[in-house]
Amino acid sequence: MTDNLRTIIIDGEEISVPQDYNLLQAVEAAGGEIPRFCYHERLSVAGNCRMGLVELVGAPKPVASCAFLVRDMRGGPNGEPPAMRTLSPLVKKAREGVMEFLLINHPLDCPICDQGGECDLQDQSVAYGRSGSRYAENKRAVEDKYMGPLIKTIMTRCIQCTRCVRFSTEIAGVPELGAIGRGEDMEITTYLEQAMTSELSGNVIDLCPVGALTSKPYAFNARPWELNKTETIDVMDALGANIRVDSRSGAVLRILPRIHDDVNEEWISDKTRFVWDGLGRQRLDRPYARKDGRLVPIQWDEALAMAAEKLSGDPARIGVIAGDLNDVEGLKAAKDLFDALGVTSIDARQDGAQIGARDGSAPRQSYLFNSTIAGIDQADAILIVGSNPRLESPVLNARIRQRWLNSDCQIAVIGEAADLTYPYEHLGTGPDTLAGLAKKRSGFIQTLKNAKRPMVILGAGALARPDGAQILRAAGELAKAVGAVSADWNGFNVLHAAASRVGALDLGFLPGEGGRDTNAILDAAAKGEVETVVLLGADEIDMERLGKAFVIYAGHHGDAGAQRADLILPSAAYTEKNGIYVNTEGRAQLALRAVFPKGEAKEDWAIFRALSARLNKTLPYDDLNALRASLIEANPVFGQIDYAPGADGAADFDPAQLGEAGAVSDAPFASPIRDFYLTNPIARASKTMGECSAVTAAARAELQAAE
Amino acid sequence: MSVRRLAAVQPDSFAFSKDSEAKIAFWMNKYPEERKASAVIPLLWIAQKQEGWVCEPAMREIAARCAMPYIRVYEVATFYTMFNLEPVGEHLIQVCGTTPCWLRGADGLKAVCEKRIGKKGRGNLSADGKFSWEEVECLGACSNAPMVQISNPYGDYYYEDLTPEALEAILNDLAAGKTVETGPVTRRHCSEPTEAKVKVLEDAALFDGSYAKPVTLPHSARAAAKPDGDRKSKPASGAAGSAKAAAEAPKKARDTAAKAKPAAKKPAAKKPAAKKPAAKKPAAKKKDG
Amino acid sequence: MLLQDKDRIFTNLYGRHDWRLEGARQRGCWNGTKEILEEGRDWIIDQVKKSGLRGRGGAGFPTGLKWSFMPKEVGARPHYLVVNADESEPGTCKDREMMRNDPHHLIEGCLIASFAMQANACYIYIRGEYVLERERLEAAIAEAYKAKLIGKNNIHGWDFDVFVHHGAGAYICGEETALLESLEGKKGQPRLKPPFPAGAGLYGCPTTVNNVESIAVVPTILRRGADWFAGFGREGNTGTKVFSISGHVNAPCNVEEAMSIPLKTLLEQYAGGVRGGWDNLKAVIPGGSSVPLIPKEICDDVLMDFDALRDVKSGLGTAAVIVMDNSTDVVKAIARISYFYKHESCGQCTPCREGTGWMWRVLERMARGEAEIGEIDDLLDVAGQVEGHTICALGDAAAWPVQGLIRHFRHEIEDRINNYRAGKPVFVPVAAE
Repeated sequence: MTDNLRTIIIDGEEISVPQDYNLLQAVEAAGGEIPRFCYHERLSVAGNCRMGLVELVGAPKPVASCAFLVRDMRGGPNGEPPAMRTLSPLVKKAREGVMEFLLINHPLDCPICDQGGECDLQDQSVAYGRSGSRYAENKRAVEDKYMGPLIKTIMTRCIQCTRCVRFSTEIAGVPELGAIGRGEDMEITTYLEQAMTSELSGNVIDLCPVGALTSKPYAFNARPWELNKTETIDVMDALGANIRVDSRSGAVLRILPRIHDDVNEEWISDKTRFVWDGLGRQRLDRPYARKDGRLVPIQWDEALAMAAEKLSGDPARIGVIAGDLNDVEGLKAAKDLFDALGVTSIDARQDGAQIGARDGSAPRQSYLFNSTIAGIDQADAILIVGSNPRLESPVLNARIRQRWLNSDCQIAVIGEAADLTYPYEHLGTGPDTLAGLAKKRSGFIQTLKNAKRPMVILGAGALARPDGAQILRAAGELAKAVGAVSADWNGFNVLHAAASRVGALDLGFLPGEGGRDTNAILDAAAKGEVETVVLLGADEIDMERLGKAFVIYAGHHGDAGAQRADLILPSAAYTEKNGIYVNTEGRAQLALRAVFPKGEAKEDWAIFRALSARLNKTLPYDDLNALRASLIEANPVFGQIDYAPGADGAADFDPAQLGEAGAVSDAPFASPIRDFYLTNPIARASKTMGECSAVTAAARAELQAAE
Repeated sequence: MSVRRLAAVQPDSFAFSKDSEAKIAFWMNKYPEERKASAVIPLLWIAQKQEGWVCEPAMREIAARCAMPYIRVYEVATFYTMFNLEPVGEHLIQVCGTTPCWLRGADGLKAVCEKRIGKKGRGNLSADGKFSWEEVECLGACSNAPMVQISNPYGDYYYEDLTPEALEAILNDLAAGKTVETGPVTRRHCSEPTEAKVKVLEDAALFDGSYAKPVTLPHSARAAAKPDGDRKSKPASGAAGSAKAAAEAPKKARDTAAKAKPAAKKPAAKKPAAKKPAAKKPAAKKKDG
Repeated sequence: MLLQDKDRIFTNLYGRHDWRLEGARQRGCWNGTKEILEEGRDWIIDQVKKSGLRGRGGAGFPTGLKWSFMPKEVGARPHYLVVNADESEPGTCKDREMMRNDPHHLIEGCLIASFAMQANACYIYIRGEYVLERERLEAAIAEAYKAKLIGKNNIHGWDFDVFVHHGAGAYICGEETALLESLEGKKGQPRLKPPFPAGAGLYGCPTTVNNVESIAVVPTILRRGADWFAGFGREGNTGTKVFSISGHVNAPCNVEEAMSIPLKTLLEQYAGGVRGGWDNLKAVIPGGSSVPLIPKEICDDVLMDFDALRDVKSGLGTAAVIVMDNSTDVVKAIARISYFYKHESCGQCTPCREGTGWMWRVLERMARGEAEIGEIDDLLDVAGQVEGHTICALGDAAAWPVQGLIRHFRHEIEDRINNYRAGKPVFVPVAAE
């Protein structure tokens, strides 16, 4: 490591920095700061804003610090270390010049600009701006461009830094943005002003250093300094993106990404970012009961009494299905209660995935993304089985793309041949291809075998089918056979689509002795063998199959489950409670409450705690801390916050513990996600997501018509 | 440079003609297989020559052929100013207005265009629909200023050493469907001096084949290996103290060389080619209507 | 002492003779090319270095030295030679004549230079407007292929392809890295350096970009000797050079002359002198629009070479001499140049994108006298904020003419502003005699 270091002088101070740092990074390492607009750590270097000019001692002209590497610096004539100045008069003058140029054609509309208060240009003009303008000419006006329902453009404000263009081309992998024209007439636009089709498009709003690209749904809603900022976790998919929820007066007004290099870097999907208007719509804010065929509001007391009555019958005639957005605490309380009641038909896999085992016989690595998300950065061959990661976890997919872009990583897909934003070898569409692959001697199997860090990614959709257990086994065997699992690397990965899934599996929220799984519960309900079904935010099952069963829906949105329900126990959405979520790589993360639950709604665990008292099975915890203590006692992984096990158990990896042996069918794999923007009750309540869905559908129809 | 927009009215489709396809094959062949994007400018140009302008469906067609996203072709088409993004006159008059032409009367040419064709702007057609004109930046024919380039179905050639009257005559001829000779409208050939005090490039020895005789390379490293070759070239380099001496030296060297190797490997062209081509203009200079 | 015909390299500069292969051979092209290659690459590069040849495209970087930056061995990536034929600098029209009238000089030069740098392929990037010139070049290249002078298994023993590529109206593509971007099918936006093209150029491969003239003179230099070439001009400014003369002379022309020729001699001997006589001279832009103009007092005895013009705070540039006599509205002339740079700015980096338009707009007002006296210093300041702060040299090129104008003709701008305020005509041209 020391070979790679170089001693340089920054403003008179010696410091050793890596050779491959650029000067901007070197200055930051030395504790300094370089102003910038175009530079961004995760994008290619453009060097076009010229704000970060520094003086290289001995060089005739100042250089762009972001574009010049420490390695390329020249030492003094007598062997002195190379030196640079970041605070000299020359540098100051250069930056003031650039600032003046940026401002001459920038509108003075800060008072009506949504970027106000968090604008790089505004901030830096404080340090480098002049007190008045010397520009006596007319300012440039640029026509605004349509970019879809999410991004509002005020293009006159654009400073042509091209961050958005680089993001869409490099990270999103959907090269739709460009800079047309040239010179002072250069304009950022999509092709013919079509809507952006990337699931990550909203990130350009964060990247835009000025108010040219802002959030359309958030437009004119608030000033940043009025907002309460809560650092929490996203639940739109199983990635567990780190987010910041900005709220005011009990309403969530926007969602932004937080940086977590091992999870979402600093990107979030459009669903994560824009779903917030769904949090204010279709809410279950008080208990309801179906009376004479109609849902009517009732009091909690009555609701609990009704629930207690229905649950005090024969436990074999009760079924419990949990959905995709549940926090671990709520599931724990529910499980403890139903265990106490002797209900064994409980299942957290509403999609019917053949994975996990209540008794712990399925090791954790059988259902985790064991390579870890950051592990993608080391993979040199990736086989994706029955998954469309672009829809199931867009941010994770972008990471695969980055790996493909920056290395020779080879990628192959078994399943739907969708546009994943990177090229791949399409091996086949069904599990038979997976089974056949193991027998092959050449082709991608050899690529996997030759790879140092091979990865097999098994999608949630591949498990939620009758031969899911066999597919799981086959994938595990393949991983073993190609050497994807070794002492320090576990390349066997399950990519879940639901935020609550791994936590529920860790908890053992699965059928007990003689209990029914989701499908069996539904079948039994249809036949009348199960008389009461409790849906814990489970909206993505076929409600028709519930037959005549009495349905208790505990959840927060008036979606399919609530519509079918006979009794509604209103609970809290993810922004309204403190809770633990375990992401697809097994990383337990803490979500924090940003706003209070709506109306009379209660946190999930509290509902079951209250219910337990009615049923004389009072749960042994009175507050969240006590619950968590019990949780950690049951499974210590819940106490290891922000820890992903990775290759911890890789040495014991045994495909025989995965799923079941047996033949697989040749029915093609299908992604569980048909409409990315409408996967859960919050998203379905969101107007913004509805618009996105409509725009995408229209674009797809147009494309098909063209072809 | 002003904001460049695509024409509001666009055709539904675009297809390259057979002629264009042949040209495309020629251009595509110039670049490595995985670098098809290199052909984007030539292909846009071929599309423009075919249709007179670059329409939106053509950009998509070219994107497909060059394996580029649409937006990248759109960027290129709007960046480079020779691409007409809207229909233009059959004869597009491009008047160079940059300083060297301006100094020699480009304003006069612009006035002619304004009077004869109308408002500046390549999409503004003349009353008869045949012409449009645009002021362009330096076309690199400054010693023949002022000048225009006229793009029409016959080519994209220069008309140089113009006067307003001469330009008007050209426009009249074009309007009448006549063929117009390209190049300087004066009797000048290219950009040769017409009032030089000395003769330039008229020394017959330049053209009589004496330069085609075999040469011995001065300072030859291989000859240096042989002692005699070395001695022959050394004095020449040593004598090159002044421009004059240096100027003389090679002639000597050449003479020596010629003498030293009288038996030419290739027969030096015997006929004095000098006069002949000078008498008539090279074929490509004339444009056949 | 004027250059004699026998020392002129471009013997068909005026197209009086056959430009085709037969005619070119008659004039000495392709003569001894095989022997030149047999001398080896080190010899070629060494001779080019010894000749003192400096790049003819404007920057004047020593050509032989540039060639020596290429990797010594060909690695996984092929080497490329790219010829910059995107001649667009206002005032410059020399490469055009070479390409349409003496194309074989260039093609032969391409072969030799490519051999010296171990490139098997060369692209000639010609500006899109030069349609005739492109047709000529293509025809000449076809002849050379047919005669097996180039191509696979040619008579020179170095497999070599040369391809013509064309632009479509963008001055910036004359900047070498913008040219490479354009050749790769992108907008012509200059790249950040380092990496330099010799490390990562066309398609990421080691590449050298040279001006047409720099390459086209090489065969003759090698045939006639480095010291022959070095014998012309002053030290560090050697060789012959094609000068483009335009503007207010009696007979504008291109002419090949020795470097370091006095400007006055050049104009009087070849271009029929300044319109209205030498004393009617107001100013000259000596090296294409990018260099600062010089007023008559300097023109009287300045030499046309890199160092002499640098010493008078101008530059040789492309050796394109734009002459302005006393009738010239010099503010307008420079304003028009500023418009050119505004028009041609690629828009990539801030100072150039914003600064070129600003300078042009202020100059247009100044030409009309609609300005404040204090704005002259502001304009100079703005020019200084552009100069040296951009990715490529276009920023400098846009700033220098403005700086030159204010340096030498500040009084004229001031008069204009004062006249405008006094309601007098702001500019009365002095009639040429």
